[in-house]
Amino acid sequence: MNAIAVSDLRKAYGGVEAVRGISIAVEEGEVFGLLGPNGAGKTTTVEILEGYRSRDGGTVSVLGHDPQKPGREFRERIGVVLQQSDLWPNLTVREVHLAFAGYYAKPRDADEVIAIVGLGEKSGARVKTLSGGQKRRLDFGISLIGNPDLVFLDEPTTGFDPAARRTAWEMIRALRDLGKTIVLTTHYLDEAQNLADRVAVIQRGVIIRTGTPAELIGGTQSTEIRYRSAAGEDVVVETETPTRVLAELTARAVAAGEELEGLEVRRPTLEDVYLDLVDEPAAEVAS
Amino acid sequence: MRYVLHQLRLEQKIFWRNRESAIFIFIFPILLFLLLGSVYSSRITIHGTSYKSANVLLAGMIGYGVANTAFSGLAIALVIRRESGILKRLRSTPLPPRAYLTSVLASTLVVFLLQTAALFAIGRTLFGTPLPGHIVSLILALLLGAAAFAGLGLAAASLIRSSEGASAVVTVIVLPMAFLSGSFGPTRKYPALLRDIGNVLPLKHYLDIVQAIYLQGHEIWTKPGAIAVVAAWGIGGLALAARYFGWEPRAR
Ligand SMILES: Nc1ncnc2c1ncn2[C@@H]1O[C@H](COP(=O)(O)OP(=O)(O)O)[C@@H](O)[C@H]1O
Ligand SMILES: [Mg+2]
Repeated sequence: MNAIAVSDLRKAYGGVEAVRGISIAVEEGEVFGLLGPNGAGKTTTVEILEGYRSRDGGTVSVLGHDPQKPGREFRERIGVVLQQSDLWPNLTVREVHLAFAGYYAKPRDADEVIAIVGLGEKSGARVKTLSGGQKRRLDFGISLIGNPDLVFLDEPTTGFDPAARRTAWEMIRALRDLGKTIVLTTHYLDEAQNLADRVAVIQRGVIIRTGTPAELIGGTQSTEIRYRSAAGEDVVVETETPTRVLAELTARAVAAGEELEGLEVRRPTLEDVYLDLVDEPAAEVAS
Repeated sequence: MRYVLHQLRLEQKIFWRNRESAIFIFIFPILLFLLLGSVYSSRITIHGTSYKSANVLLAGMIGYGVANTAFSGLAIALVIRRESGILKRLRSTPLPPRAYLTSVLASTLVVFLLQTAALFAIGRTLFGTPLPGHIVSLILALLLGAAAFAGLGLAAASLIRSSEGASAVVTVIVLPMAFLSGSFGPTRKYPALLRDIGNVLPLKHYLDIVQAIYLQGHEIWTKPGAIAVVAAWGIGGLALAARYFGWEPRAR
């Protein structure tokens, strides 16, 4: 069964159409990545799914509920990490977890959750003394405390240094291993590529591609072959049959007794695909 | 109900842990009482009867205290929590909004009642003020005041847009109001215009009620007009809050 089914979702703020007809389906137990640049409509989409914002059009089902009428049962089953939010600065990590535990019917054990998010040593520390990365772990922790089936993470690692991002990724993988369905928004390609089972690329309120990271890369076939010619010119060959092109190229060079300086064969990464996609002019994207 | 008790305990912890709120909201009116109580030594005349000045100041501080805790304290706390995203974060949990607001109001009331008790204890020890006679009437008056000023505090929280401005805005409202209403001493000798302004303010009428009970030994229901004015302000505040109160940050 699908944890989330969205069809033709629309939302405008005044004259700004932030979301223009999005359709997605998220399966139970998968990590679904919503990848797109700033202002693409990620937060708008996610906050509609979380029950924060109303929609102008389309149908939305989250765990069988319409989030526009979020009831107690719905809120018991979702966990939320907002793009930006603080917590009571003078409470300790453990107290914040216990506070949120009190809001749920069947909370997880606070100390267990604190250990999962790696704050065991900070359990007695006040929130205001935590670093940015530690505060984010706290956000993760309280999103888990109600033992939700579905967790929303809105740009969970934006602003992190590389080390902190790695640890956050470990944590997200740990969530998936707990069997949670996860919806993750990000504008980092490597984050989507590393964490998501499936990715939807969103640009100006429209989804321009959906698939596994491998499918998104595979979608464009060409491989790049680069070398410097005998005349000293940089040559780039884009081909969908790299094996044959490379064989011909090297055979010719060997026959001529030449060395192909700087020979390089490159498969496109998701990054290339993504930059291609989001660079497309708006008119093409909208069609 | 389970939610309310849980949240009330939490709100109390949050309040007392925060040194600024504990000092500004709880201690400040008590400090003012100590200060003014030592300065005014003569008797104070109200409505033609003269009273020991400490008794009048004590009643005045119960008025300043309710404005400080239920109005200022509540408004500042809610604006800060809204702007920092705490309220928004709470919205996605099963905690019912009504249970949350009930606990926040109850917590405010606890602080105010403790403050009032401290004022009576200090007044009796240092200035020989009497303990209140009509306890039931006094408690009803305290509840009425806390409710009305909390309604106004909710309205202020709904209208104030940023955390940075919150304490400035409420101070600019509360201090002149307390002055014009006679919290810091009698208003009899104020210019007519200032007295006219004071006469429409809720704090003035709340003080009328407290003075009637504490100084003159009347029951609360001898002051129906003042009760009506205080309640009307509170209801007006609630109506504004119902219209404009929001859970999401505004200033970003
Ligand atoms: N509350 C709002 N009011 C008005 N415009 C908004 C609001 N939230 C988002 N927008 C606009 O909608 C568009 C999408 O924003 P958002 O969903 O936050 O994108 P993302 O999360 O992908 O950065 C942007 O143009 C943004 O300025
Ligand atoms: Mg966003």
